[in-house]
Amino acid sequence: MHSGNWRQTGRRTYLIDMYRYDAVDKTLVNERVAQFRDQTRRFLAGELGEDEFRGLRLRNGLYIQRHAPMLRVAVPYGLLSSVQLRALSSIARRYDRGYGHFTTRQNIQFNWPKLEQVPDILAELADVEMHAIQTSGNCIRNTTTDHLAGVAPDELEDPRPWCELIRQWSTFHPEFTYLPRKFKIAVTGAPQDRAASQVHDVGVHLVRNLNGELGFEILAGGGLGRTPIIGQVVREYLPREHLLSYLEAILRVYNLEGRRDNLTKARIKILVRSLGIDEFRRRVEAEWELIRADGPRVTDAEIARLRGFFNPPAYRDLADTEPAAGKNTAFRAWYRYNTTAHKVPGYRAVYISLKPPDAPPGDITDNQMELVADLADRLSFGEIRVTHTQNLLLADVEQERTFELWQELQRAGLATPNIGTLTDMICCPGLDFCSLANAGSIDVAKLINERFDDYDYLYDLGELEVKMSGCMNACGHHHVGHIGILGVDKGGQEWYQITIGGAAGADASLGEVIGPSVAKAEVAETIARLLEVYVERRRSDERFLDTVRRLGVKPFKERVYAAPAAA
Amino acid sequence: MPRRLLRDGRIVDDDWSYLVEARGAATAPLILTWAQWEGERDIWLARGGRLGVVLLPGHNVESLASDLGRLSLIGAEFPGPSEGRGYSQARVLREQWNFRGELRATGYVRRDQVFFMARCGFNSFELPDAELAGAQAALSTFSRAYQASNDSGLALKLQSCSPDTPASAAGAGPLSGRR
Repeated sequence: MHSGNWRQTGRRTYLIDMYRYDAVDKTLVNERVAQFRDQTRRFLAGELGEDEFRGLRLRNGLYIQRHAPMLRVAVPYGLLSSVQLRALSSIARRYDRGYGHFTTRQNIQFNWPKLEQVPDILAELADVEMHAIQTSGNCIRNTTTDHLAGVAPDELEDPRPWCELIRQWSTFHPEFTYLPRKFKIAVTGAPQDRAASQVHDVGVHLVRNLNGELGFEILAGGGLGRTPIIGQVVREYLPREHLLSYLEAILRVYNLEGRRDNLTKARIKILVRSLGIDEFRRRVEAEWELIRADGPRVTDAEIARLRGFFNPPAYRDLADTEPAAGKNTAFRAWYRYNTTAHKVPGYRAVYISLKPPDAPPGDITDNQMELVADLADRLSFGEIRVTHTQNLLLADVEQERTFELWQELQRAGLATPNIGTLTDMICCPGLDFCSLANAGSIDVAKLINERFDDYDYLYDLGELEVKMSGCMNACGHHHVGHIGILGVDKGGQEWYQITIGGAAGADASLGEVIGPSVAKAEVAETIARLLEVYVERRRSDERFLDTVRRLGVKPFKERVYAAPAAA
Repeated sequence: MPRRLLRDGRIVDDDWSYLVEARGAATAPLILTWAQWEGERDIWLARGGRLGVVLLPGHNVESLASDLGRLSLIGAEFPGPSEGRGYSQARVLREQWNFRGELRATGYVRRDQVFFMARCGFNSFELPDAELAGAQAALSTFSRAYQASNDSGLALKLQSCSPDTPASAAGAGPLSGRR
């Protein structure tokens, strides 16, 4: 029973189980390219001022950065076909310096395009059903989700059809194109939250009610940045046909009442906090009552149509095996850390680590992109996913072929066996690229990698999420890192504030600052001391996070500030 | 020289004037600021002739509810390029209050916004003269839309409000029957 989508790539045809553009999607994206080409022309001709052009280019993902424009390309809910990844590779090679950077919102950024070439890049993206629409600016951004959608054993329901529904509804939504501030929606369909949905402006959780009917729990007001807040429940159960009208009600209340006088207080989290969740809910529900009858209604037929794009691929009838048995140590370590359970027997989901010790977290070269595209065609139904932790994933690999996959990845520097460990850091581009940053991130990641190069030690530490941002905007999600690192500017020097105890999953929490910020050269030593305390005081297989939660910050703080770091 | 503006997809002379402009006959169509309207509402209503009022971004549309039937024009002011409340005000006026008169965007209005404004229910736009032709063309920037039309049951509900805008040509929303 396949209603998937066949696509020609080179000599072979692959079944790609992802949304395919129809005539409307194609038309819209092409018309957007034409619109942006004209806007760029007007800007270069002096007909549009800097301020006027800013909002327009941002809505096309184009920032003017430290060295050059930065173009952020949307990867809707993190799903890429091999054809699309090859197109990104080609763009990186011809318009950039041979690499791209995957972000915490499952998108990809190019750091070196030329402004006048951006319309051409967008046209090439449109050819492979991609775009940069609403990847920045004060509008509804790319909808993100669980990178294990459709393959996770714990999943209640595949969130991707709902993500696609939200993608379409939010694209060029006429009412919500000039919001007070950016607006991010994350959708999850599993109890384990792998999409950081509680730190999004709106979190959408697929749930079932007592009658077993599928609907949504809706959260609002989460976010990081200057004022980190965990999202709160607005509605415990929303019947599925009302998803879009309910989102419209939330967005309308926010659009009309969110603050526009102060950029740092303009996110919905500030509105929710100032009204209180109960009053916010009352207003949303009142608005919804007015619009629900005539508002957008998701029909069963429509959602069935969208589900048809995300059918399971043509899995073979296999049994689970032990591919690591009898293989070398390096493969066994990689298999343990860089692959994860799949709901179909005989298959594994495989992480491609973009966190090698010697390259910025999330970066990937043009050649690596091509290789990953080829491997996806050969071994994972031509599909690639971007994780919010800035790695890639091949979701459907036969267990028996993981050794072959590992060998190829290893040759290309894509098999660093560190997923979920200390060196699998989330990291923003920092001072090296971003004009907002106060401090470097990439070089700190490098120092941490140099300090912690003993894999036995990393594995002994177990699950550990280190997240680093170069400024308050928190693109590196430092507030929800088990260990968070925030770059701050102290009299022109780069310093780093350390937090511990944050988490982004179902048990989301915000980290606590351990004390005064430390100099760049002391960051790795500080982490080493935090980990000493953990190793000494942990109970059996307790994670670092759980030890922090049990003991509180005090013993960690005492160790860090006990004596100056050894030189 | 009367003001030129974009209305119902055409560039026309404005037949309305603001109080400060004080032109035309005593009962000529007159647009008031919120402050002018609010203080002397009864006097203006007694005047005869068509009346319009310009909402500021922070105004609740509901504040005009009792007078909607007597207003032939409602304006929404956009103080700058990032202002967005007028889009919601327009939809509320059209969809919840069923306002059928002229809905005019004023202030910072440029060709890059008018497509979205029209989709929300605005049918007239005050723009700099140099922007008029560009804005007229920009009404058809996109020939299709995801947020569908009334008849698909998906409600931006804008088709009946602004029949001359491209919104009426759009609306092949993907959420129903787009196969």
